[in-house]
This record gives sequence, C-alpha cells and structure tokens, in this order.
Amino acid sequence: MSKQTLIPVGPYHPLQEEPELFKLYCDGEIVKDVKWETGYNHRGIEKLSEKKSFDEVFFLVERICGICSTSHPFAFANSVEEIGEVEITDRAKYIRSIIGELERIHSHLLWVGLAGHFLGYNTVFMWAWKYREPVLDLFEMITGNRNSYAMFKIGGVRRDIENSQIPAIEKVLALVKKKTDMLVGAVMDDPVIHARTKGVGILTKEDILQFAAVGPTARASGVDMDVRRDDPYAAYPLVNWKVITAQAGDVFAKAEVRLLEMYESVSIIEQCLAGLKKEKEGEIEVKVKNIPEGFGTGHAEAPRGEVYHFVVSDGSNSPARHKIRAPSYTNIATFKKSCVGQSISDATISLAAVDPCYCCTERLAVALDRGSGERIMNAKEIIEQSTRITNRLLKQA
Amino acid sequence: MVIDEIKKAFAKEILETGIRNERRVTLTIDPGALPAMSEHLYKTLGFRFIIASALHTKKGFEIYYHFSLDKTGLILNLHVILDPEKPEIESLSNMFEATNWIEREMHELFGIDFLNHPNLDQLLSEGNWAIGEYPYRKKFKTNGEVTT
Amino acid sequence: MGFKSFCFKKSLWLFHFGGASCNNCDIEILDCLTPRYDVERFGMVLVGSVRHADVLLVNGSINKKDKPRLLEIYEQAPKPVLVVAIGACGCTGGIFAEGDTFAGPVDKIIPVDAYIPGCPPKPEAILAGVVKLMGKN
Repeated sequence: MSKQTLIPVGPYHPLQEEPELFKLYCDGEIVKDVKWETGYNHRGIEKLSEKKSFDEVFFLVERICGICSTSHPFAFANSVEEIGEVEITDRAKYIRSIIGELERIHSHLLWVGLAGHFLGYNTVFMWAWKYREPVLDLFEMITGNRNSYAMFKIGGVRRDIENSQIPAIEKVLALVKKKTDMLVGAVMDDPVIHARTKGVGILTKEDILQFAAVGPTARASGVDMDVRRDDPYAAYPLVNWKVITAQAGDVFAKAEVRLLEMYESVSIIEQCLAGLKKEKEGEIEVKVKNIPEGFGTGHAEAPRGEVYHFVVSDGSNSPARHKIRAPSYTNIATFKKSCVGQSISDATISLAAVDPCYCCTERLAVALDRGSGERIMNAKEIIEQSTRITNRLLKQA
Repeated sequence: MVIDEIKKAFAKEILETGIRNERRVTLTIDPGALPAMSEHLYKTLGFRFIIASALHTKKGFEIYYHFSLDKTGLILNLHVILDPEKPEIESLSNMFEATNWIEREMHELFGIDFLNHPNLDQLLSEGNWAIGEYPYRKKFKTNGEVTT
Repeated sequence: MGFKSFCFKKSLWLFHFGGASCNNCDIEILDCLTPRYDVERFGMVLVGSVRHADVLLVNGSINKKDKPRLLEIYEQAPKPVLVVAIGACGCTGGIFAEGDTFAGPVDKIIPVDAYIPGCPPKPEAILAGVVKLMGKN
C-alpha cells in the first residue's frame, strides 16, 4: 500500500463555521479515505428536552440550528399535536407554511453564497447574502427576530401576520424572484462553474437509497421524495406547487434543485397570502388543555431534507423521551461515496454540496468513523493536557 | 393494503399492532425477527429507513425503528423490547448503510449491543463523558419511580 | 497601555472560534462581511490562523471536548489579543448551560474583554461592540 498523506480539515477551520474534523487521507491528489470526527458540537439537547415543559421545548429546539430554525419546531408541533389529536385553524396553517417557506428561501440563498465562497467565487457569496437581507428584514417585521422566530406553539402560532403587512411581504417576494433569475443566470450558464461542479461528488440513486439520504441531496439524484407532498401538513395540501428533481446527482444538480426550489417557495407563499386574506384576522390558536399519554411522530421538510421528531408523552407536562433526527444525519454519511476517489480540491465542494448542518446532526455525538483504532487523544490525555495548560496559564497570570 | 400484507407475511413474529390512523402504524415484534422484516420492508416493499429511537423504561430497553413509505405517506414503526440486564439485538448495518451511525449512537448512550455491527468498538465521544458511562440510561427506584 | 492602544488603533483582524453553537451567531458574524454591513471597509477581515489575529471571537456554549482546544488556541494567539464573547451562549451558556457536557461559559476558561449578548445579536450589535472595545483601548 502506498504512503498516504493526512490532511486535516478542521476542527476550527476558517471555512467552516462549526467545529468538525475531517481527516482526508490522500495519495497524491486523490482522496483515498475520509475519517470524520465529531463531538465538538454536542449539547445534550434530547436530555434537556425532558426537563422542560412542552411549550418551553419550542425555544430549545429552535436553537438546535439557526438556519433550519423553523423546521424543528414544525416537526415537534406536528408530533405533539398528533398525540393530542389537535386540529389547528386554517389561518395558523397558512402562517406556519409562510414562515417555513421564507426560511427555505433564506437558507437556499445562504447555501448558494457559501458554495460560491468554497469555489472561490466571492462575488456570488456577496450577492447571495446581500439579497438574503430583505428576507431577514421581513422576519424581523413579522416575528421580531432575524433568526429563531419563536412563532410556534402547541395549537397554533404566537403572532399573527396582519393584512396590513402583506404588501411589504409581496414586495420582497418580487425582489427575490428577480434576484433568483440573476443568480440562476450567473450560476447555471457559467462555464467555469460547470467545469468545477459537473461530474463532481456524484451520488447515484442506489447510493441515496442505501444511505437513506433526504432532501435536495436525494432529489438531485432522481429520487422523488418530499415530505410536504408525501405526508402533507400545515397549508401544503391547500396550495399548488411541484417537487423539483434532477438526474445527474452531482454538485451542479444539487445547486440546480435548490435554485429552482426557490421559485416554488415564492409561489407557495403568494398562494398562502391570498388564503390569509380570506381568513378572519386573529384566529391563530386553539386552546389545548393537556397532552395525553402516548407517542407521536412528526416530520417536516426542512431546507436540507426531512426533519423527524419522535415524542413520547407520559401524561405530564414534559416529554418523557424526545428523539430528534436531523436531515444532515443521513446526508453527511454520503461523503463516503462522494469524496473518495475525487481529487482533494473537489473535496470541499463535495462536502458542502449536501448542505451539512453539523449542529443539527450533533445534538448527540457520533465519533470516529472507521477503525484502525486510531485516536487523536483519549479522554484521560485530553484532561491531562488541559490541566497542564491551565496550570501554566494560572502561573503566568 | 400494505399493512395487511405485512401482517400476513409475518403473522408469527408480530406480537402487537397499534394503529393510530391509516398513516401511523406501530408493530411490536419479536427482536429476532427484525432483520428479516427490515429486509422485506426495504428490498421488497420499498420503504425508507428514517431513524431508530431508543428509550429506557421499566419494561427494559425499547427501540422503535421508524420506516417510511413515501408514496403513501405511511410511517411504520417496528417496536422491540430488549432485556434490561443484557440488551442486545442483531445489527442492520450489514444490509444498509443508513443504520450504521444511529446504532453506534444508541450503543454509546444506552449501552445496547448491536451484534455483528461492522465497527462498534471504535466508538467513544472523547472527553464528553467517560468510558463505560451510559448517559441516557435512567435509574428506576424499586417502587417504580424514575430518577435520572 | 500605550502599546496596546497602538495595536488596536486601526484595522483589526478577527479569528472566529465556534464552540458548540447553533450557528445563528456564526451566520450573523459572517453577515458582517456582506455588503449591507460591510465590516471590510474598516479593514477588518476574518483570518485563517489565530496567529494572525488581533481579536478572538468566541461563540457557542463550550462543551468538554472544545475546552482544551479553546485554551490551546488562546495560548497560540499572539498577545495582546482581545477576546469577545458573542451571543447568549458565549456570555453565560444560554439554555444549554444545564446540559451534561457543558464546560463553563467562556469567561471561566479564558479572560474575556467584551460581551455581546443576544440570541443572536444583530450584526449592528456586533459592530457596535467591537467599536466600543476599540474605543476603550
């Protein structure tokens, strides 16, 4: 076996905002093996959830991830409302879908920007994030915060979208449509981007099914799945839209799926706003007395794929067990197929193409990927090193 | 209907059926039947594996394997109850990749053993908690109350 | 303090350390670079190595695995360095402070010069915080 060079990416790398360690074993320029190490982001959320009441859990699950901040409360609400057999009002359904779709738009724009940044196209990064700002302003107008909106509660939503706010929303949607046209033109027709993304990081349909990947990652390989259509919730059965798929399975196909999905999101929001105008203002929640014993499953289509929450209730005010599965959990595992055999310069964009969200993945910890038994440091060594460094710092102070 | 087909094919192994509505069904099965049923669901019927949730209750270690049939929106849960003293079950990771990480996670947090898993031994969340400690296990008092 | 105020008088180079966070604050920090807030007009850039940095931005609730690495990074930063704790999690641990793997808010691990609270703090708040820090020094 020839000698392999180890190139670590992370854990605290300027390109990735979250700590993750990827060890790329390369033979020359080709990546032969990838090891993934995590645990840096673990916060013990599933256990924390058991200490909080059902309404407080919304604030906790929102902060699992900042970018897919609405999808977790969505899935949790679907799950608990299934246990309690709660039927929410139409106005609440429309508002939930509007927030979910606005989030999809801002998340896809964020991904386009980051993908441009990883490829070295800083202009795409700056433009995509510039046109994200009006969407965040809308959030601030409707909910009070740019991220982590605290809009959901059991039985409905917390704040209403007043009819007087609707013209402002429609104005931003028109701008988003125009700028998506520009981004599609800049990305889809650019020969340099074609050269860097076509044929890179390919995942076949068979790979997707083996890894049970979800979301745009799966749709870009020809797997036609979308929770909003397969198991409808909120206002999705009340509006018309289509699921976007592509066949090639490479990074270009994933970009194409995400960009075209933005148009569908705009259309869904416009239809929901039309629906809102017909409903009576103010009817946004139903009173729920308590959640009976039992368990419920709820899923929602986050920008990255299917988010799944499983809640077990024992009749008290807190969940007895709350299992969370983020889409990136299955999507990130696909790096075994998409990175190995590619050149190292394509490794970053292949890793980024699944739109990984490590903070979602790692509410629990998963550790060393493959087994040669190699560890960087074990628990005892880390503690010893930390004690040594602390003592040295204390002596200097 | 798909559920009736499954119930007929595995009549001996299914211990209990729970139907909330036509899209949410839970089958409590004999742990030994898990590999065969999962293979049937995945290879023959086209179900997708979502995730597996483990809980530690007074009955022992319970695991729910969640499968989804996207064409119809059906979520089928396969529920197994494992012995509290020696929780072990056959691993599904040799059949498909999707269960690889979640089985390692359940092993790390609850101490459940997954037999024939490709690499369960290398698992440790270094520094976050000690070896041999299973943070999500609960302690049950003899009068049945729960402490964590 | 003449040397320190000389060091921090003009364009500050920032190094970002993300602890166990939900990413909101990380995105808002990156947002500062984008055209609306444009922190690069002040000469501030995000650098790739802490050895090039004047300011260490720390966010996220630090868990047991991050703690020794945070100490090591602080030690590698050339002194004087300003440490800024961003977000509710950086300042006090936020809602994750009760979790099992929480290893103390940032100021229990390394000395902090400024706190910017918020969940997440808006980019304007982050800029205001950094400017206030420059003014103090």
